[in-house]
Amino acid sequence: MSALDLLLSSSLWAAALRLATPLILGTLGALLCERAGVLNLGIEGIMTMGAMTAWLAVFSGADLWTGLLVGALCGALLGLLHAGLTVSLGLSQHVSGLGITLLGTALAAYLYRLWVTVGDLPPTITPFPNLDGLAAVPLLGPVLAGQSAPTLLALAFALLLAWVLARTPLGLAVRMTGESPHAAEAQGLRPGFIRVGAVVAGSALMALGGAFLTTAAFNSFVPGMVQGRGWICIALVVFASWRPLRALAGALLFALLDAYQLRLQVLVDGVPYQLFLMAPYLLSILALCLVARRARVPEALMRPYRKGER
Amino acid sequence: MTNPVLHLDSITKRFGPLLAVDAVSLRLRRGEVLALLGENGAGKTTLVNVLFGHYRADAGTVTVDGTPLPPESPRAAIGAGVGMVHQHFALASNLTVLDNVALGLDPLWLPWSRRAAVRARLLAASEKFGLPVDPDARVADLSVGERQRVEILKALVRDARILVLDEPTAVLARPEAEALFATLRAMTAEGLSILLISHKMAEVMAADRVAVLRAGRLVAERATAETTPEELAELMVGAKVARPRREAHRPGPPVLAAEGLSLRDKGRTLLDGASFTLRAGEVLGIVGVAGNGQAALGRVLMGLQRPDAGSVLLDGREAPATPRALVAAGVGRVPEDRLAEGVAGDLLVWENATLDRLRTPALSRAGIVRRGAARAFAADLIARFDLRGGGPDARTARLSGGNIQKLILARALSGSPRVVLAFQPTRGLDEGAVAAVHARLLDARAQGAAILLVTEDLDEALALSDRLQAIVAGRLSLPLPAEEADARRLGLLMAGRWEAHHAA
Amino acid sequence: MRLERRESVPLSLALLAPLGAVAAALLLAGGLIALAGVSPLRAYAEMARGALGSRLALTETLTRATPLVLTGLAAAVAFRARLWNIGAEGQLMLGALAVAWAGHSLLAGAPALLAIPLLMLLAMAVGALWLLGPVVLRLRLGVDEVVTTLLLNFVAILLVGLMVEGPLKDPTAFGWPQSVAIPRDLRLPDLVARSRLHVGVLLAVAAALLLWAAQSRTVWGAETRAAGLSPRAAAFAGVSIPRTLLGVAALSGGLAGLSGGVEVLGVTGYVTTTLSPGFGYAGIVVSMLAALHPLGVVLAATFVAAVFVGADAMGRALGVPSFMADVIVSLSLLSMLVALLLATHRVRR
Repeated sequence: MSALDLLLSSSLWAAALRLATPLILGTLGALLCERAGVLNLGIEGIMTMGAMTAWLAVFSGADLWTGLLVGALCGALLGLLHAGLTVSLGLSQHVSGLGITLLGTALAAYLYRLWVTVGDLPPTITPFPNLDGLAAVPLLGPVLAGQSAPTLLALAFALLLAWVLARTPLGLAVRMTGESPHAAEAQGLRPGFIRVGAVVAGSALMALGGAFLTTAAFNSFVPGMVQGRGWICIALVVFASWRPLRALAGALLFALLDAYQLRLQVLVDGVPYQLFLMAPYLLSILALCLVARRARVPEALMRPYRKGER
Repeated sequence: MTNPVLHLDSITKRFGPLLAVDAVSLRLRRGEVLALLGENGAGKTTLVNVLFGHYRADAGTVTVDGTPLPPESPRAAIGAGVGMVHQHFALASNLTVLDNVALGLDPLWLPWSRRAAVRARLLAASEKFGLPVDPDARVADLSVGERQRVEILKALVRDARILVLDEPTAVLARPEAEALFATLRAMTAEGLSILLISHKMAEVMAADRVAVLRAGRLVAERATAETTPEELAELMVGAKVARPRREAHRPGPPVLAAEGLSLRDKGRTLLDGASFTLRAGEVLGIVGVAGNGQAALGRVLMGLQRPDAGSVLLDGREAPATPRALVAAGVGRVPEDRLAEGVAGDLLVWENATLDRLRTPALSRAGIVRRGAARAFAADLIARFDLRGGGPDARTARLSGGNIQKLILARALSGSPRVVLAFQPTRGLDEGAVAAVHARLLDARAQGAAILLVTEDLDEALALSDRLQAIVAGRLSLPLPAEEADARRLGLLMAGRWEAHHAA
Repeated sequence: MRLERRESVPLSLALLAPLGAVAAALLLAGGLIALAGVSPLRAYAEMARGALGSRLALTETLTRATPLVLTGLAAAVAFRARLWNIGAEGQLMLGALAVAWAGHSLLAGAPALLAIPLLMLLAMAVGALWLLGPVVLRLRLGVDEVVTTLLLNFVAILLVGLMVEGPLKDPTAFGWPQSVAIPRDLRLPDLVARSRLHVGVLLAVAAALLLWAAQSRTVWGAETRAAGLSPRAAAFAGVSIPRTLLGVAALSGGLAGLSGGVEVLGVTGYVTTTLSPGFGYAGIVVSMLAALHPLGVVLAATFVAAVFVGADAMGRALGVPSFMADVIVSLSLLSMLVALLLATHRVRR
């Protein structure tokens, strides 16, 4: 198959949509936190914990959807910790986030090793099934049939978040908190509460992105399986100008390039596979450079709000 | 007073050891304009922040129309009909006017925003009170006057019956300020009551009554018809603090000359061919409303940014263009933003005193700081300029605003500079500190320094300057000798009406 | 309840902060150890024994501390100037790669006295260059360096993998691919015989002392400190922020690169993709526990090294997964943040 045929094949697009799902969820989660004014660098650890706890729940007998819920709740808890440190105590968002990433990855690995006996190969669960029933959909059928339910959930979340941020009073409150907490307070709102809420909800979304990896994309957990996707999401938030629909498009574009690169590896001989694997990270950096000048950052991002501080 | 619409009863507020407001009681009648007068640090802003719910009072109650307000709740204050126009606008620049106004009007659990209704209310209030706005404009694109209108409309849309304005004309040119006062009069005719904070005597006299705050206490209440600006000034300051007087003397030869300075940034023109000449032993005052290029002028003159065009000459030769070279050439710099630029709050006093001259043989050798010399330098400044609040090893942020300004001034004036660039040197300082700064500047003038004073304070400009120029949209008017200058003429120049002056 | 900044922080409180943070972390981690059905006290005793209880243990701990001191200094230098260098892991790996390559090819025949310092300089140069890219992007385009340095970590490890499976591959090695070894005589001599402890530890401590002296006594130190605390005030005083950042970047990246180079020169003699079990990230924790103070970094690095070495031993003896070390270290970071806040602020009603 030539490189061009590859680009037009439905299997590529199906793979792209699958690859995009954790990116979509992670980016939406990070976006929500940042729109409220909090940078959440704990994403890598939160995704790892989401992945591990969701898998563990299913491994212990729960059904897949409960597993997702457990993962999301663990993410929310880590988000609460980050919010407590950065919003209530006003500590450095950078360091707190990094600490949570380190904690999340460490905790996930520790608990997994503690509670799961690993033989030659890690134990597996039965993941979300493909939605074969959707093959009948015109045009997109072959692409959708290769997806699982959580992917559709991710798409729904993107649309929901776009609506909430742009068109609801709650979304306006979140946006205002990220632009000017002083203004929000002057209108009778509580910026602290809003920030905490946004971070908790955003972290739950991030964790869902991780949970997708272990309950749909793959069916086992390996420490370190998130592989830096969290950081790519942080870059994608900037690339998407903090807008959910653009985040969706950005994640899809990125995943498409990633899926393409994976398949190209097979086609192109003699090039070390590591160069292909580097592509997503280098692309993310490139994406950041492209939008850097024009980025309209939420004005109060990373500025802790202390009421009445002299 | 029967049935005041607003009653503040014995409000007390402390910040740590500082007693900001001390048992202040005020009553506001329906339809009246009450001015709150006091110098910087007297407690005016703190008091209204308690009223509006930004702070919680340590003692005392706020009552609106007979009903006490729950403390620390802007929502309750808004609900009771109190609207606040903050000194530093509570607006999000990246959002639209409509967004800013709509915030908080709809309950948070509603799945969609009732935009059309808010837009209608906004346009109705805008029409009724004569405050034109474009609901879809981005706040960042609005002028300062337009932003203030949005800030006011935010309160009016919520049916505010009591409007609190904190230093509303600080950022307005004279014509805009007059328009604002006309609007306020119209509002009182509609039954609104207004609490106005100001330290400008002219505005205060335009109110119905005035309450004078001093060091957190209410020292007097007068009907404006029954008092004079002089009496109020004395009540405000407490004693006849005489500001230093400028003695006339002949200026020397030109020392600093700027010619045709131009600067553009992101498509906006900041400086547009600005020119001036500074002579030894004189104070050249440049007056203007904030936002007309003063900051850009400061950056260029203080070595922080190169102009796109034009030149600056020191003693006839190209002036140094970096901070260190300027310091070495005997140019003292007092920046506009003392806390963010003048000093680094977390550094110690001696570190701030010497940072811009560390690379001189007196303070360092082979890259190693000569600590003893540096601390001695700072100790000398502290003694000579009467700095209070800490020694050379104190953390600079501990000092009061006035003492930080004294430190910056001391650093600029040490070593008998030939040129002193002073930008807004007394902004936010109390009378005592203002007098001290003025005395030092006049001292330097007497010793032959050429002083550039850039200020928004007309009184200060008139008191200190030998010649005056107005800055409008990055351009400087021709110089006006002090003898021919008064508030009215300067007001016209500051508003951009130069034809008469330039024709003469 | 409000937090009020203290006017000055007494030294006793400043020293108490990291101790309190570590205690809190050990307490919380103890709960997780209990989950494994092991008594936390017994586990910590095993950890202490494994890290400090014998000559072998001590030398192992100090060997492990060496790269941590260097990455800790790298992070401290950068964070002090508000440069968020999270890329120490990648800078380290590339420094190691450079040493492995040059030690094997370029400088293979050279006398050790000349070659070893040159190799170290090479490691520093490579590390500095890897950080310079993100910093230039920040200065020119305003791109936040947190994400760029992080992403480059992954690229660096892939680069090492590429070289180690390709041009630098050691054909005689079994199992995991590793690079060809550098000549014996280019290795750093052992400090303590029959142990892995090499003179690199002295180098690390010397670097800490040098950095401390430079930060507290020199004009450079004063200007970088000002630039980190108040960029605008520093610029007003004539400090060039871009030049300061570039200098700090070169130093920080250089220290991280050196960390990797010293590991190859002193411990392994070759490079693999698993050379660093997270030294770069642990260095960040070390720098925070030390409150960014160079001398504190030495102590904090020793502590973190002890936790890792001790956890290995504890894992073998009691069956508690050795990931407990990472848990303790990350909890220490978070609790240190809180401890620093409490040390510098008073709590008021």
